[in-house]
Formats: sequence, C-alpha cells, structure tokens
Amino acid sequence: MSSEASVHPGLLGGRAYYRALVLRRQLILAGLTLALFLSLCTDLALGPARYGLEEVVAALFMPDAVSEQVRVILWDIRMPVALMALVVGASLSIAGAQMQTILSNPLASPFTLGISAGASFGAALGLAFGVIFIPAAVDYVIPINAFLMAMLTSLFIYALSLRRGVTIETIVLLGIAMVFIFNALMGLIQFFASQQAVAAVVFWTMGSLTKATWPKFWVTFGILLAVIPLLVRHGWALTAMRLGDTKAASMGVNPRRIRLEVLALVSLLAAIAVAFVGTIGFIGLVGPHIARLLLGEDQRFFLPGSAICGALLLSIGSVLSKVIIPGTVIPIGIITSLVGIPFFLFLVLSHRKSAW
Amino acid sequence: MVTLQLDRVSASYGRQEILSEVSTPEFQGGQVVALLGPNAAGKSTLFRRIFGMLKGGGHVRITGARTATPVAYMPQDTGASAVLSVYEAVLLARMQGRGMKVQNEDLAHVDRALEELGIAALGERDIGNLSGGQRQLLSAAQALVQEPEILLLDEPTSALDLNRQLGLLTILRRLAEERQMLIMAALHDLGHALRFTDQAMVLERGRLITCGPTDQVVTPDLLRRVYQVEARIEPCSRGLPQLIVEGAV
Repeated sequence: MSSEASVHPGLLGGRAYYRALVLRRQLILAGLTLALFLSLCTDLALGPARYGLEEVVAALFMPDAVSEQVRVILWDIRMPVALMALVVGASLSIAGAQMQTILSNPLASPFTLGISAGASFGAALGLAFGVIFIPAAVDYVIPINAFLMAMLTSLFIYALSLRRGVTIETIVLLGIAMVFIFNALMGLIQFFASQQAVAAVVFWTMGSLTKATWPKFWVTFGILLAVIPLLVRHGWALTAMRLGDTKAASMGVNPRRIRLEVLALVSLLAAIAVAFVGTIGFIGLVGPHIARLLLGEDQRFFLPGSAICGALLLSIGSVLSKVIIPGTVIPIGIITSLVGIPFFLFLVLSHRKSAW
Repeated sequence: MVTLQLDRVSASYGRQEILSEVSTPEFQGGQVVALLGPNAAGKSTLFRRIFGMLKGGGHVRITGARTATPVAYMPQDTGASAVLSVYEAVLLARMQGRGMKVQNEDLAHVDRALEELGIAALGERDIGNLSGGQRQLLSAAQALVQEPEILLLDEPTSALDLNRQLGLLTILRRLAEERQMLIMAALHDLGHALRFTDQAMVLERGRLITCGPTDQVVTPDLLRRVYQVEARIEPCSRGLPQLIVEGAV
C-alpha cells in the first residue's frame, strides 16, 4: 500500500514517539504536582498571621523546629482548610472529567446532572426551615441534608438511565431538568424563609472552605481514595468510550455497564464534596478541560491530571480568596468562577487542539 | 484452523426483526468472504450479532480458535474525535482487557499494524485531524492490532480513494493467507468482491438469499434481482473478472 511516509519525513519512529510522549506527560504531571505543593504552602502561609514559605515548610516536615503557636495555627486551623481545597478540587474535577467522558458532553460536570443543585436544596431545607433528614452533631446536619439530597438526585437519574432506550442525550436532559426543578424549589424556599435564613442559604450556595475540619477532610479524602482505583480499573475502557459507544463496543467494552458504574461512583464523589463545602463553581468543568489540553485523553494521564488540575485550581482559589481583600476571605465559589472562567477561555481559545 | 458457521442466526431491535434465520456453510481461516446486499439489508446487524454486541436466536459457531477472543470488528466510521494521537488510538484497541502497563510487545504490535496499513507516518497526528479515508485506515489498524483470527470489516473501503481501496483489499487478501485469518467484509463494490474475495453471501431485508463462491454468486441475474441494475461480467485483458454496469432496471 502506498505509504504516507514520504509526506512526513523525519518523524520519530512509532515506539520512540510514544516513549517521548509518555515522558512528556510524566514531566507535566510532576510539574503540576510541584505547583500544587507550592500552592498548598502559600495557602498555609496566608491568613491573619502571615508566615514565610520557609517557616511553613519547616512546620510541615519538622514540626518540632517551629514554635507551638505556629504549629497550632498551621496544623490545626489552616491545614484542614488547605487540604480540603485539594481533595474537594480533585473530587469535583474527577467527577466532571468522567461525566464528560461517559456522557460525551463537554459541558458535563457535577452541575449538569443536578447534583450540586440537589445538595443546595437539601442544605436550604435545613438552613431555612430546620428540616433535618438524619439527626446528627450540629456541624454535620446541613452536610448530611445536602449529601442525601444530592445522592437522591443521582439515584433518580441513575434509575431512569437503567431503562431501555435511554440515551446519553436523555441523561443530560434529565440532569438539566433537575437543575431547573431545584432552582425553582430554592426560589420557593427563599420566598417563604426569614431574611436571616435567606442570607444563610445564599452564603452556603456561594461555597466556602472555612468550615472544613479534620474529620470532614478524612471523610472526603477516604471516599476519593476508594473511588480512584475503581476508575483506574476501567482506564482503557473509559478512554475508548470517547470514540463513541459503537467503537468502544467493537473493542470489547460494554459502554452501558461502564456508564452506569462510573455514574454511580462520580455521583458519590461529587455529592460528598459539595455537601461539605457548598457549591463551588466550574472546577468540575474547567479542571478536566485543562487536563485534557495538557495531557490528552489517555485516562492513565487524564485521570491523575484532572485530579491535580482541580486540586490546584481550588488551592489557588483559596489563596486568592485571602489576598484580594486583605483581612476578608471571599467565598471561594465566587473566586473560582471569576478567575477560573477567563483563564479557561484563554486556554481554549489559544490552544490549537480542540476535543469537541 | 479457525472456522465460522452461522446456524439460523436472528437479531431484533425491539420488536423489529432485522435478521431472520441466517445460515451459512462453514467458512475457514485463510478465506475472504464478501458480505453483500443493498442498504439496510442487515449487514451491520449481522456483524454485531457475530461479534456478540447483539443477542438473538440461532448460533454463531466458532471452532479451532487459539484465543478466547478470536473476533475483531471494525464498525462503520462514526467520525468521533478525542484528544488522542493515531498511535494512542491503535494502542488503545490493543490494550483493552489487558493490564495498565504497556509492554514492548504491545508497542511492536502497534508499529506493525500501522506499517502494514501504510499509516506509520500518521502516528503522531491527532485523530480529530484525519481525513475520512485516514480514519478508515486507522479503524482497520485498530482491528488488526488485536491479532484477530476472524476479522469483520463493515464497509472498510467506503471512504478510500481508488488506489487505497485496492491497496487495503490487497493487504487483507495477503494477511488472510499469511495468518490463516478469516476475513468477512461488507462491500458495496461488487467488482472488488469478484476480484478479492473467495466466498460471498448476499443479504436482502434480513434474509440470506444466496451464499457460495463469489464468481457463482455475483451474476447478472443477482444484480438485476437484488440491486435492480443491468450488468454483465467479462474478463479483462489480464483475465480478471470485470463488472460492467449498463444502467438501472
């Protein structure tokens, strides 16, 4: 057969090209991880009392070398918040990445399927009318409400997805319908609730990391750690699904089974993240897109890339939320949308590759 | 040697029966079989049924296979794009059902598939930037890299220029003989079927209407009956059968 080699002289041999590609991606992942560490240290250094990066690094790796006051502030007060930014960012970004993959939709994110809207509604019921789904410690009542409502939304969509003849377009439409229903219900709650309650609901929906504690961090982190290996197991199959169901099936993948399993896993991931910190906009949309632009869609790189990009974005958001107005911590949901979206648009418009 | 035989194979989408009791003689490794028939005859459905993507009545009998997954299927091109290079897309087909770690052997198979189809130089190209013909060759590479013993190709030449059509069919013919692979290809060009295939089966509205050696199946009578065209078949100066179409009936 006539080879096209003559048209592209001087290209690397196939295997050499692939090895170089893998190395480049490993270096990008390493660079992102380093950036993440630096952002984490900066996040820890900032607050009412400011510390130098050296002091923060010393407190991280040699806690005995710093004063008790520094140790307490960094480890007990700032660390849960800073680490929560990382795990929530990673969770939302992974959830968005896999929703975009299994639904073949670049706009898919925890918002698209109504998971965030469900969580907001659950939280608002508790904040405005004192509706409590499961009695628990005061710190956990609202997150439990939010989590249960988010999961209920996911389960509803999951149950409908099980029906024969339901296409991925139908699933996306169902999600959008859920968003509108919950938005209407939120309007109703705000109409009847007291002014004070409305303020509490609005603040919750802005998203905030400030209520993060060690137990909340460990729960979110635990779920993330449990879900990641289950997604990694389907790495090749998930990559194949980006070529379309028929193509994936021709490679031996069962797209329907993978779609349902992954839908359940990422719903859990998104619900737990949103329940603890409120609605944090666009991480689930932007994180995966940045990872895709930098690393392509081979899940062996795309999955960790999405996690790191999401974590990095939220960590940078956390830093910005403290420095824009000194002395005031702006709700992080506002920051991620205001800063993340222009950055995202710049990346998309300036990059030659287009996935969709 | 691998063999494939269909025994009253049926398939339905919902209540609509697409394939109705298709039975064939035993096809063998080394043969190239043309699957012929007008549009919507059920050719793609038959491939899906053989591959196992669709359930239905009857039996798909495969014997003599060396591996647990002897069949590869190249569907019609759907033009989906992802941020993957051609090399990655072929590797992806190779790695399904294998571990996460890519072995040297896997890369060797990818190199071989790309070289065999003459698209090694496209390895670094994004799949979203391929022409229709290049995508089709990529699909063929994705099927070949799985080292199938039975290869099902759904209209593998529909987007290729004439040179590449002949090139691909020549390669497939050679691979069938070298690897004792059974290749079944849905073709619309009956001239290609006459020239490159040993056996032909003809579907019409989900039923098998004839099956046998290609030169006995593809006849002026069949063309009139199934395709509603007047045509004759004559040997060219090199002795190869040529289909001369005179017009629609």
